[in-house]
Amino acid sequence: MPQDVNIVIGGEAGQGLVTIGQLLSKVLVRAGYEILVTQGYQSRIRGGHNTFAVRVSTERRLAPRGSIDILVALNRETIDLHREQLTEKGRIITDSGFASDAADTIGAPFTDLGPERLWNTVAFGLLGNILGLPPDMLFQAVEGMIGKKHPETLPENKEILDKSYQWATAHVPQDLFTMSGGQDQGDRLMLNGNDAIALGALAGGVRFCSFYPMTPSTSIALNLITHADVMGVVVEQTEDEIAAVNMAIGASFAGAPSMVVTSGGGFALMVEGISLAGMTETPLLVVVGQRPGPATGLPTRTEQGDLEFVLHAGHGEFPRAVYAPATLESCYRLTQTALQTSERYQTPVFLLTDQFLADSYRAIPPFDVEKISPVRTGTDQHLGPQRYKRYTVTESGISPRLLPGVPDHLVVADSDEHYEDGHITEDLEVRVAMVDKRLRKLQGLQGEVLPPGYDGEGSVDLLLVCWGSTLGPVKEAVAVLRQQGRNSACLHFEQVWPLIPAQFLDFLASAKKVVCVEGNATAQFAGLIRRETGFAVSAHVLRYDGLPFTARYILDRLPI
Amino acid sequence: MATIDEYGKYETAWCPGCGNFGILNALKQALVSCGLLPHQVLLVSGIGQAAKTPHYLNANVFNGLHGRSLPAAQGAKLANPELTVIAQSGDGCMYGEGGNHFLAALRRNLDLTILVHDNRVYGLTKGQASPTSEQGFVTKAQPHGAASEPFNPVAVAVTMGASFVARGYAGFLDHLADLMAQAVKHRGTALVDIMQPCVSFNKINTYKWYKEHCYQLTEDYGPTDRDQALRTALEFGERIPLGVIWKTEKPLFEDRFPVLKQGPLFKQELNKEALRKVMTGYM
Ligand SMILES: Cc1ncc(C[n+]2csc(CCOP(=O)(O)OP(=O)(O)O)c2C)c(N)n1
Ligand code: SF4
Repeated sequence: MPQDVNIVIGGEAGQGLVTIGQLLSKVLVRAGYEILVTQGYQSRIRGGHNTFAVRVSTERRLAPRGSIDILVALNRETIDLHREQLTEKGRIITDSGFASDAADTIGAPFTDLGPERLWNTVAFGLLGNILGLPPDMLFQAVEGMIGKKHPETLPENKEILDKSYQWATAHVPQDLFTMSGGQDQGDRLMLNGNDAIALGALAGGVRFCSFYPMTPSTSIALNLITHADVMGVVVEQTEDEIAAVNMAIGASFAGAPSMVVTSGGGFALMVEGISLAGMTETPLLVVVGQRPGPATGLPTRTEQGDLEFVLHAGHGEFPRAVYAPATLESCYRLTQTALQTSERYQTPVFLLTDQFLADSYRAIPPFDVEKISPVRTGTDQHLGPQRYKRYTVTESGISPRLLPGVPDHLVVADSDEHYEDGHITEDLEVRVAMVDKRLRKLQGLQGEVLPPGYDGEGSVDLLLVCWGSTLGPVKEAVAVLRQQGRNSACLHFEQVWPLIPAQFLDFLASAKKVVCVEGNATAQFAGLIRRETGFAVSAHVLRYDGLPFTARYILDRLPI
Repeated sequence: MATIDEYGKYETAWCPGCGNFGILNALKQALVSCGLLPHQVLLVSGIGQAAKTPHYLNANVFNGLHGRSLPAAQGAKLANPELTVIAQSGDGCMYGEGGNHFLAALRRNLDLTILVHDNRVYGLTKGQASPTSEQGFVTKAQPHGAASEPFNPVAVAVTMGASFVARGYAGFLDHLADLMAQAVKHRGTALVDIMQPCVSFNKINTYKWYKEHCYQLTEDYGPTDRDQALRTALEFGERIPLGVIWKTEKPLFEDRFPVLKQGPLFKQELNKEALRKVMTGYM
């Protein structure tokens, strides 16, 4: 049996729970374990109830777990809120002041072990001991985090760390959750989804990003800003999302592979711009990190409620592609794919993620930089002597794209209907020719659709269909079902538009029961499948309380 | 050398007698006098009668959305700082729909020019009040007269310390062409608000009206004196001053991006070694 321990640290914002979580994650990764870190926080800077969850395992985990093995409670509220989630063996670690004498509670004398401002070090020492991590590794992590900034505090921290560790040796049963079997995996990258998207954007050749801050997407732009100077990227925080999208389109028109990052409400403001990119045939990558709506909704929680919105955003008809990554690896890969698709088809392309994927961390092997093929624009600027026409009608619908500013040709782009040369027209025959030309690009896009991933053998009794970040929990649920002897499979879409029924209809049709698992209240993806294929799934498992799916959540709701 | 002929002659969709004709001619004249060739120029417009201007001369053109010429123009300039970028649109587009972008662009101060065809009415949508319409201006949409006080773009720009602020008039072609040329040559965001008669929908601010109200600032007016500039900018009524009202030198926004010192972004290759280092930072 693979080891699988779920640790949740809870308290108020500002109590240092993130520090504990980060220290612990570092050590676990260095010791060769797989981790999945998820954070639950309220939309405020201080106070409120916040959690930092580390799921550690000897196997790759893509989903959080609802049940808790070790609950580190920095306040009483954490105990009240989460006690019910404790597993049979589960333990609460807390200050003896908050502790009851329940058997599941380890009340440590936090006040004796260290001053309140260093309770995170106390908790870290206790946790390290319970997980059986070597004390020198714990100290190295502390040194790595604060040694540079505050070297003077190191001796005090070390003393507290040792004291707490020893207290646990003496007072906590030593075989509760001792981890073993970590594999040396070399140096790994510790990323969340947004980090991976930013790295994918850099590897994909992004040169321009404009944004207006909005959770959960802001950190993509912040990552790019950090690396902007060394990577030659221009990033600008604009006055609003309308400016962001129009600025990115202007930059892309002038030759910079460009992106915007936003979330539901901000994306709503960008919608006219999306249509502009479609009409002017300007490449644009749009990252939409979903959070629960409508309106401001739950700003710091997760949902998959904007699929239909993104599919239909923008007035008029124009082709688009929508990718929905499931993992860090696919965030990185699909961001590059999206940039290339957008450049090749000169149309807006979307990356649809969500708060869960954006904010959850894992450690993964470094990406191979040699393998990248970044987008380049304007590499062939000379068409010869004929007058350049930006919208030359072609069979594929794709017109040769030159850039403005180069001698011998002029580039004219228009949001009005236009002639081939880009100038405004109300000639209705030209109109029809241009609509047809733009929509012909869809055929090319359809030829490049990434097929959904099918994990199963032959025809099954139960097929779980999902898209985007729901892959992890669904896979875990399928694994449990299989252990129970149920013949089940998973079908996962990482590209949700266009859909090519021939790629998946057989899987749907041959399963006895098909259940669509998605993070919204109206089963949007199931509806899309039905619209495109006529196939109606037998049932849904939906979640829209703002929390990510877990395997247990799915299993409890399967119509069995 | 550039000539007027190189900028071409096109049929337009404007009403005969419209002030836009004068502005178009002045623009060609200004570009020639700046020694610019059509391929070096990018005209970015929004939507409206004024915003059609880029279609009527030879240049690179990005004719975007109503109100959004400025973000697109700034994006293009940031992607390729070698382009001479001119954002051009009507008063409704620049000051109404795009008002927030107008303020933000003045604050950023990229090296670009803003030409506003200020006819004090919505032309393309057939005569509703615009942000610069006189209070009381009667239209079908404002049958009791426009209730809001007019926006004074020149005063706002001077107050914000924009780097170049001028007002011209479509009826004084040479004077206007000279203002446009100065604006294009100016290093920084340069606003030229252009009084423009709309013969179809603005029967108040006519050619005759502008002749009676406009006057040209003389040689001895110093546009670098802020107090005087503010007073002049606020003068808008019986008498309307034309000329460069305020100018100053400020750091360029694009100079803050080291990468742009190496020229257009599309010419720069991705540095794999740098990317590898960036990734190592996440270990
Ligand atoms: C988002 C949006 N809203 C409204 C319109 C309709 N519209 C087109 S031009 C215009 C106003 C034109 O006035 P102005 O910008 O002053 O230019 P003019 O036609 O007077 O030169 C309006 C409201 C539009 N095209 N897009
Ligand atoms: S409506 Fe007015 S602004 Fe438009 S073309 Fe006619 S006269 Fe000119």
